[in-house]
Amino acid sequence: MIVQIKFESIKGIKPTEWIVRFFFGGAVCIFAGLMSKWFGPEIGGLFLAFPAIFPASASLVEAHEKQHKAREGMDGTARGRTVAGIDAAGAAIGCIGLAGFALLCWLLLPRLAPIAVFALATLAWLILSIAFWLLRKSRLLRTRRTNARHAFRAS
Amino acid sequence: MTEYILRFLIGGAVVSFFAVLAEMVRPKSFAGLFSAAPSIALATIGITIARHGVDYAATESRTMLFAAAGFFCYASACSWLLVHKKVRALTATAALLPVWFAVSFGLLYLVNRP
Repeated sequence: MIVQIKFESIKGIKPTEWIVRFFFGGAVCIFAGLMSKWFGPEIGGLFLAFPAIFPASASLVEAHEKQHKAREGMDGTARGRTVAGIDAAGAAIGCIGLAGFALLCWLLLPRLAPIAVFALATLAWLILSIAFWLLRKSRLLRTRRTNARHAFRAS
Repeated sequence: MTEYILRFLIGGAVVSFFAVLAEMVRPKSFAGLFSAAPSIALATIGITIARHGVDYAATESRTMLFAAAGFFCYASACSWLLVHKKVRALTATAALLPVWFAVSFGLLYLVNRP
């Protein structure tokens, strides 16, 4: 499977959608800071991986897919939900990379310069996320799953 | 007050940046990776270090691990519900947020248990 970058997709984003994302992103960062101030770094740290923007993103993915199908004269309700579900599955894989980011920050921040830690942790997030995404897409995993399904049916 | 204005502006910019990346890349399962990007952490840890020091930020990063596990369970549950049941995306993702709270706070409780 080839990963593509479609710059024209940005044109489809409405100004209100940009504002929603910017506002939610900013609001969550303030919220995480306040939680840390009120309840300490342990509780505050949890909110560094709070999926606050995720419900808005998933509903936008669903709406975009629905609009796309409507332009072709079809009802894209079911398709919109499925695409949002696939997007969520990708987010679940991305969480493995997110955990890698957190682990490196935790272990390296007291030892190295913060800039170096951020660079290493971001690289680890990217590598882990892509590696697990490729693993999930790989023929190896698919073959194992198909074999398991056949074995289950045969039993 | 300046700290919170800074958090809002940097947070908004970083989240929007990852949202644009997610919008541009195909297939959608790959774009989903950017929904779990460390955007809030990248936007705030620098400010936290400047204000409280590296040990404080390291403690936050430790519990961020539990929250990432919570996010994994939450996103997996959302994916299953959206693909297998006829539920709207906003309804499913909002209704399942307690999964994130339960796993994240549950892990923190288990690890810190005396």
